[in-house]
Amino acid sequence: MEGTTRLSRVVLAVWCALIVLFLLFPIALIVLYAFNSSNVQSWPLPGLSTKWFSSTFSNAEMRSALWLSVRAALIATTIAIVLGSMAAFAVHRFRFFGRETVSFLLVLPLALPGIITGMALNSFFSWGGVALSLTTIVIGHATFCIVTVYNNALARLRRTQTSLVEASMDLGADGWQTFRHVTLPMVATALVAGGLLAFALSFDEVIVTTFTAGAQNTLPLWIFGNIRLGQQLPQVNVVVLMVIVVTIVPVTLAQRLTRDTGVLRPTAGAR
Amino acid sequence: MTAATRADIAAGGSGFRSARRRVSAALFRRGWLRATLLLSPPGAWFVLIYLAALAILFVSAFWTVDAFTGNVVHSWTLENFKTIVTSPTYRTIAARTIGIAAAVTVTDALLAIPFAYFAARLAPRRLQTILFVIVLVPLWTSYLVRVYSWRLILAQNGILNWTLDKIGLGSVNIAYSNWAMWIVFSYLWLPFMILPVWVAFERVPGSLLEASADLGARGATTFRRVLLPLVLPGVVAGSIFTFSLTLGDFITPTLVGGAGSDFIGNVVYSNVGIANNVPFAAAFATIPLLVMGVYLLLARRMGAFEAL
Repeated sequence: MEGTTRLSRVVLAVWCALIVLFLLFPIALIVLYAFNSSNVQSWPLPGLSTKWFSSTFSNAEMRSALWLSVRAALIATTIAIVLGSMAAFAVHRFRFFGRETVSFLLVLPLALPGIITGMALNSFFSWGGVALSLTTIVIGHATFCIVTVYNNALARLRRTQTSLVEASMDLGADGWQTFRHVTLPMVATALVAGGLLAFALSFDEVIVTTFTAGAQNTLPLWIFGNIRLGQQLPQVNVVVLMVIVVTIVPVTLAQRLTRDTGVLRPTAGAR
Repeated sequence: MTAATRADIAAGGSGFRSARRRVSAALFRRGWLRATLLLSPPGAWFVLIYLAALAILFVSAFWTVDAFTGNVVHSWTLENFKTIVTSPTYRTIAARTIGIAAAVTVTDALLAIPFAYFAARLAPRRLQTILFVIVLVPLWTSYLVRVYSWRLILAQNGILNWTLDKIGLGSVNIAYSNWAMWIVFSYLWLPFMILPVWVAFERVPGSLLEASADLGARGATTFRRVLLPLVLPGVVAGSIFTFSLTLGDFITPTLVGGAGSDFIGNVVYSNVGIANNVPFAAAFATIPLLVMGVYLLLARRMGAFEAL
């Protein structure tokens, strides 16, 4: 095949296997650490147990951080679905001056390093005298979540046929009915997928959040603080397992919902 | 319910209905009106919040903080930039950040090219799907979780030293060092390099390789002189991510870097939080912004944007 020798194919296959190991090993290992029976995080683990799970879920700090993260992610996702789909409909349907600028602008929060976005929002809020709160966290998250919904919705819209919309209008449906019964069902799964990805992105975000959260802890900030100070590590391990599950599940669902467009390829970077 | 109220409802309903029809017809005829209505909310969000914030960040880099009161002084000065350029500490930090970002980019390119070549051109269909999912899994696993895992792996009593000891190689002391940051960053951003390079390999037409073979080139020569130049835009596209993401990071240096491993991001972070000198932080944050600007211009010249 393609002039490659048998030896070079074997070498490439081995290389490929090593990269797979490199990519997956740290994730498998951290899952194992959640079941570490000791409170010392060294290898080999002295034994496996689930004893840290109950103390983790009764940890009040952890619960309030989790609750804050869930609220922020839900509100940011809602804003992202509304604004992201509006932008996608506009960019898809109409040719207008500055259309390229709009799509460039929407991708900017993902293309620039997170620290720039975080810093910018922080100086914006302090300049405007806005106290850091749940609202400021949500504003930061929604700004980069809009893009994931926008990308998903636009990818789907480009695959749908305008003739369906025209047929609906010809059959006497008004604009709202066409939107409600034709356009929306076509893009619904893409919107849900975009929303799920936005939720995962927001739930996991740490760099922008450090600049917009003030004294409050979202779950990633709680994890970051504890790892840095080496505190409550058995609980951190359990929470980390929970975070993996909470982000992987929506992403897997999103993948199933958007098989056709395959939008999981993170075209503009995932953070 | 009387007949009268029922008639009322029907009339009201149809009145509402015809009004709705008139509105939607008006909107349909005036495309620009619909586009404006659809675009203004997201547009306003981005202009009034995001662009305004970026503008303030840029402007505040030219402000200073009063040493006594700690308040921001709104007068134009290049003082912050002067401090950054003249202070050896800040110059070292900027050089370290850019240096490690470059090292990570080269490492990821070297790791990704053979992998992507195998995955795109040699692996059977089924294996391709599996490899694709394997590349995506780390990408969608929490960033913080992956850094934390490496902190445990590289620790003095972690699995790396345990393994080295078992196979009789002694132990290494690379936890909390620049080496640790290099490894962890290379790990974190590897999928961002693999995906565009993979796509680039997929796009190379098989006929070019056959032509090269027909003209007498051996496998290695074809790879070096035909394939590599064609996938270079993909590598540059991937390097935008590996470079930019390393440049703006401060979590990984905090968690796996040592005492002397500060990045630009760490200085920015501590100036916003502890030192409360937002203008200086803003000035230092413009360095990654400038470096990325230059990098993106070069990348566009090399055709990386078409490969995204």
